[in-house]
Amino acid sequence: MTHVKVLVRRGMHLGAAGQGQVRPDSAAQKFSAQQGKLMAQAAQSGKSMRIGEAGLLVVLSALALFSIFVASKAWTPVYAFHAWLFALGSIAAVVGIFKRYGARDAAWPVQEIDGRPNYNYGPIKFSAVIALFWGIAGFLVGLYIALELAFPALNFDLPWISFGRLRPLHTSAVIFAFGGNVLISTSMYVMQRTSRARLAGDLAPWFVVLGYNFFILIAGTGYLLGVTRAHEYAEPEWYAILWLVVVWVTYLLVYLFTLAKRTEPHIYVANWFYLAFIVTIAVLVLGNNTEIPISIFSPKSVIVWSGVQDAMVQWWYGHNAVGFFLTAGFLGIMYYFVPKRAERPVYSYRLSIVHFWALIFLYIWAGPHHLHYTALPDWAQTLGMTFSIMLWMPSWGGMINGLMTLSGAWDKLRTDPVLRMLVVSVAFYGMSTFEGPLMSVKAVNALSHYTDWGIGHVHSGSLGWVGFVSFGALYCLIPWVFNRKGLYSLKLVDWHFWLGTIGIVFYISAMWVAGIMQGLMWRAYTPQGFLEYSFVETTEAMHPMYVIRALGGGMFLLGALIMAFNIYKTIASPEASAVPTGRPALAPAE
Amino acid sequence: MASSTQSSSLWHKHAIFEKNSIILVIGIIVAIAWGGLVEIVPLFYLKSTIEKVDGVRPYTPLELAGYNIYVREGCYLCHSQMIRPLRDEVERYGHYSLAAESMYDHPFQWGSKRNGPDLARVGGKYSDDWHRDHLRNPRAVVPASIMPSYPWLEKTPLDSTHIGDQMKTLSVVGVPYTQEMIDSAEADLKAQGAGDGKAATALVKRYPKTVVRDLTAEKDGLTELDALVAYLQHLGTQVDFKLYDDKANIR
Repeated sequence: MTHVKVLVRRGMHLGAAGQGQVRPDSAAQKFSAQQGKLMAQAAQSGKSMRIGEAGLLVVLSALALFSIFVASKAWTPVYAFHAWLFALGSIAAVVGIFKRYGARDAAWPVQEIDGRPNYNYGPIKFSAVIALFWGIAGFLVGLYIALELAFPALNFDLPWISFGRLRPLHTSAVIFAFGGNVLISTSMYVMQRTSRARLAGDLAPWFVVLGYNFFILIAGTGYLLGVTRAHEYAEPEWYAILWLVVVWVTYLLVYLFTLAKRTEPHIYVANWFYLAFIVTIAVLVLGNNTEIPISIFSPKSVIVWSGVQDAMVQWWYGHNAVGFFLTAGFLGIMYYFVPKRAERPVYSYRLSIVHFWALIFLYIWAGPHHLHYTALPDWAQTLGMTFSIMLWMPSWGGMINGLMTLSGAWDKLRTDPVLRMLVVSVAFYGMSTFEGPLMSVKAVNALSHYTDWGIGHVHSGSLGWVGFVSFGALYCLIPWVFNRKGLYSLKLVDWHFWLGTIGIVFYISAMWVAGIMQGLMWRAYTPQGFLEYSFVETTEAMHPMYVIRALGGGMFLLGALIMAFNIYKTIASPEASAVPTGRPALAPAE
Repeated sequence: MASSTQSSSLWHKHAIFEKNSIILVIGIIVAIAWGGLVEIVPLFYLKSTIEKVDGVRPYTPLELAGYNIYVREGCYLCHSQMIRPLRDEVERYGHYSLAAESMYDHPFQWGSKRNGPDLARVGGKYSDDWHRDHLRNPRAVVPASIMPSYPWLEKTPLDSTHIGDQMKTLSVVGVPYTQEMIDSAEADLKAQGAGDGKAATALVKRYPKTVVRDLTAEKDGLTELDALVAYLQHLGTQVDFKLYDDKANIR
């Protein structure tokens, strides 16, 4: 709190001089390569290093030196490469901090301008744009591995593009790189707007955004080069996770300090979901990464749990990566962007309370449904199934709360394709959260498990819900934070919407057919009582479905490319009127 | 109405979470703690979680090196190692998997998707040559296979410098590797691929039922392919199901 007060006081001394935008004070203060000279100049103009800047400079310089030391002794070339990346990343950050120091005002950015909060949009802009980049990269890799399953020659006998290495790249790129950046950018927007306060921290938000994307870089290149822990959706090795933990704790602190500065008495519901996402992901990652590195010079680690316990911990993590990363976080988006875009208050405040607590309490139990009929003890499987079925209720409660927010504004679906995208995402959420409990019933799971039905289910949730709600949110967010009048073209959003929707329908129907067909073929018997099909016959039967799936995925990718063009043209268009963010602040929707 | 007043006061109490971020965070942690505690913690102390069976031993150094390659190439993304107790699976793949069979797998390799068949009991089903041909080019053996080819495995010499370090770390987390096993890791690794001899006898004494092969006769040293095949041929062969009494382990 004292930190906050200091910020405010310093800001007031300078009045409206600082606009939060990084801009040079004078030509003499522009960055020069010679740091000593720069410091001298800064001292003359009364500018001094802030504690955060100096501290981060020391830490990053030490990290750079340490990384070079590790690189020199690394056991494998891949690990040496990663250590060099850490060194280069740290050095780049040190240079960046000096550059920023040279260019910034001596005073802290003001907290308010003319009675309005001086919102900090820089990190939001970065993560919103890079989310789109990662999204397209992730969809492209997904399309490629879908084609590999249809046409195995596409593996080209190369290690780094074989299916087993590209699949983790696809899942991590879409979930953590695309989804993660969407969550970081939207949450940093929502926490500021609903708190009516400037983002806490000076370098911290940038550290979160850049540090998180550096983690993605380490994880992704690691997969291609064969560094993996072999836990689905948790493949990055120990050193990447250590880095992630530092970034994630900073993210939580930025969130909590921003909330502490809020001028609204209530914490808006979207923030509850974002906080549950941040806190629970921290708990899950720590639990599922209880590992001992073989050596500080080796990329490999040994997880403490083994066999059945490892399986249970992994799917406790894995299912709640879905529950808290892909659900709670994106419900935060729903609770802010749907009411905002529809210009209606959230349908029911009480439903949102029930939705929130029931969802986070029940979700965490659902993991064992990934382990039905395995060597996991039956009692755990039964618990997982029971809670998965109960989970249907809060999920649909949330869906109803999102959809009914449109009451009185349904006509906007005809005219606003962005709102249509958001609403259809909620509908897909409802569909896949009905399908999920169904598949968690053991009798159904006996058929669906190990087949493409699971892949179809995941994609109705990820393409339909996570993808569309992210696109919808980015279509809203980018004109807001870049201060543009609106999107370049709503017509193109329409194209994106229909290409994406039809693509998803192709994708999930192909996977339903493939999954149920394969499941039935595996258990088919001849009248004489022999298994009717060999395994490879079931593989052959799936080929047409795999081609249709790739077609659906291709359409989804095409839609995203149209979006990228639309966003590019939007950002390239001139700024809206000079009046700074004249929109009224958000009223608590109760 | 009295009841409505009462319930609205309850709703009113929720304000404590909405007005204090720290209380909200504590509330979240309390809500999410239960599921994990109840489902995970008992697995560590309930004795029935892992069956008592004879024959399960830690991997030999060569098998462990093969396991590392299996992990590196992401084989678990298309092949499960978990046979469910369903009629068709037991007839297709063999006896359903026991928890004990993967108790030394750090990490577990049960998998979640079968783009290819289950591998829990693939050991001994095919010859070494079949595996070599198949990994070199799966379609040479199974024309309709959609598996990638792994031609680089037989061209890459096996790096066994640090296999002892890995075994040492595994022993810290409960895999019963003795100091003797760790010290002789590299020798054992070479012995398993060098045919008979004194070293091979010592290896089999340390790791019962190990299949020793003569792999280095035509080549200079072991390749990654050799290690992977040794691992695959070991899968599911540890427990003798003619002797296993599943009634004793009903859970």
